[in-house]
Amino acid sequence: MNAPLSTQLEPVGADFPAGREWRPPTYWPFVIPALVVVLAVIVFPWVFTIWMSLNEWKVGSPTTFVGFANYLRMPRDPRFVEAVGHTLVYTGLSVLLPLVFGTFAAVVFHANFAGRGLMRAIFIMPMMATPVAIALVWTMMFHPQLGVLNYLLSLVGIPPQLWVFHPATVIPSLVLVETWQWTPLVMLIVLGGIAAIPAEPYESAQIDGANLWQMFRYITLPLITPFLFIAAMIRMIDAVKSFDIIFAITQGGPGSASETVNLYLYSVAFTYYDLGYGSAIAVILFLLVVVLAALLLYLRRRAMWTEIGDGA
Amino acid sequence: MSLRQLLGRIGLWFSVIVIVSPAILFFLWMLSLSVKFEVDNAAYPPVFIPEQFAWKNYTDVLASNRFLTYFINSLVVTGTATLLAMLVGVPAGFGIARMSARKSAVVILIARITPGLSYLIPLFLLFQWLGLLGTLVPQIIIHLVVTVPIVIWIMIGYFETTPLELEEAALIDGATRWQVFRHVALPIAKPGLAVAFILAVIFSWNNFVFGIVLAGRETRTLPVAVYNMISFDQLSWGPLAAAALIVTFPVLLLTVFAQRQIVAGLTAGAVKGG
Repeated sequence: MNAPLSTQLEPVGADFPAGREWRPPTYWPFVIPALVVVLAVIVFPWVFTIWMSLNEWKVGSPTTFVGFANYLRMPRDPRFVEAVGHTLVYTGLSVLLPLVFGTFAAVVFHANFAGRGLMRAIFIMPMMATPVAIALVWTMMFHPQLGVLNYLLSLVGIPPQLWVFHPATVIPSLVLVETWQWTPLVMLIVLGGIAAIPAEPYESAQIDGANLWQMFRYITLPLITPFLFIAAMIRMIDAVKSFDIIFAITQGGPGSASETVNLYLYSVAFTYYDLGYGSAIAVILFLLVVVLAALLLYLRRRAMWTEIGDGA
Repeated sequence: MSLRQLLGRIGLWFSVIVIVSPAILFFLWMLSLSVKFEVDNAAYPPVFIPEQFAWKNYTDVLASNRFLTYFINSLVVTGTATLLAMLVGVPAGFGIARMSARKSAVVILIARITPGLSYLIPLFLLFQWLGLLGTLVPQIIIHLVVTVPIVIWIMIGYFETTPLELEEAALIDGATRWQVFRHVALPIAKPGLAVAFILAVIFSWNNFVFGIVLAGRETRTLPVAVYNMISFDQLSWGPLAAAALIVTFPVLLLTVFAQRQIVAGLTAGAVKGG
């Protein structure tokens, strides 16, 4: 392995002034093993999924090429259409709430206080903990009769709720778990943004007599906007794909009230073993993420333009 | 300290308590559930600290020989998938960084966006066709979907920031690129290796979706095993909470002791698998 590598080490000195621009082909051997793995476990499944989505492919029966029939089936499948609606509501809330709480938490964690490291470790525990384990405990907490959440509500005089056991409250309840779990990630990203802001604007604002809220609104917020967009993007991608929490707590129920596209995909592929239709849903789910990402980028563009338009 | 400063301090601490309490209360309640007998777990108003501790919940979970099997499964799957990912991912990160071929990382981005279930359908068929479904091999391979992108992504970022001068000096002295990688780049990148390793371990350990499809009775990993406990024991919360805590305990421990690495890794690439 060493010999062929070193023979390609031609007139070394002559090439170096170009620094990082210089691209020798000799680094390929480092990449090839990973390339093989990526081709096998990421690219191959992708190509195969697209091929399967064009076929009627059920486990145990012969496959036939059906063109786009699986895709045309989706708009006429009420369960799928409903699942898209659930996904959009779930995603919207699961982006917005962690963004609000995460930004607040980042502002707090930017301040200096004793025990900040430990507090931060505790704060990020929800997102590192095993999601299924977390989900089980939340299920117990949501229990209408014995759950601790209804007891806590009763302390402040709010009547008991059915949480994940009622179609009207199941998605908000799941979003509560998702928010609890992923607010820390938003906090970390936004904290990085706040840490990069120089002290001078705050100092001059303080001299001008600005209060905390004004400093946040007119200095911090505009400067962390790029980080908020990154956080929103990551949160959106993860919320659309969310599976563990929903599956472990409700399995898409009651009925199909919390069935998102990802959950429906699971049922189609691994309960009904309709792999062709399942693959088509997988492709559409991926496209849904891409479209939402494009939408966020478009919003960011527009936000930037209005800022310039305002003369800010 | 002026009154204004004092009020500011109190406000700050109040805010800290408000944002940290959902996590603290949750994990304390999880602990509480896991050490109570069913009488206490079914009590209303809820009992926070029981008069008698049900340590039995833990010993029962740990003593069942099934649990040991699942624990070893988890260890094998996560361990192998992480080591393989380090083996191919670290040199790849180095190569991509040195070739300034960051655009090739777009594959990693696509992997990050793709829902885990999309990998499962084709790979499930492949493993079925290869007759591997009763073994741990399918799960090890599919966990690479989680671990390899994390390792490559973090290592690209790391090798891009390490100084080139030492490597160039070594090359001029006649070292091969492999020697440069092994003896110059790798030692400098140790902190990056730790970050990649820890995150790969955590996200592989936590993975659930691959297991529920690919794992048979004997090949379950811990998250899948805990999930399957629900259907068997209706409303036996104590043992269930104890099992849940045991499964997630190693990760929580890592979070406390490797917090710096985890934060660095998550904010660098914000890559999460699954």
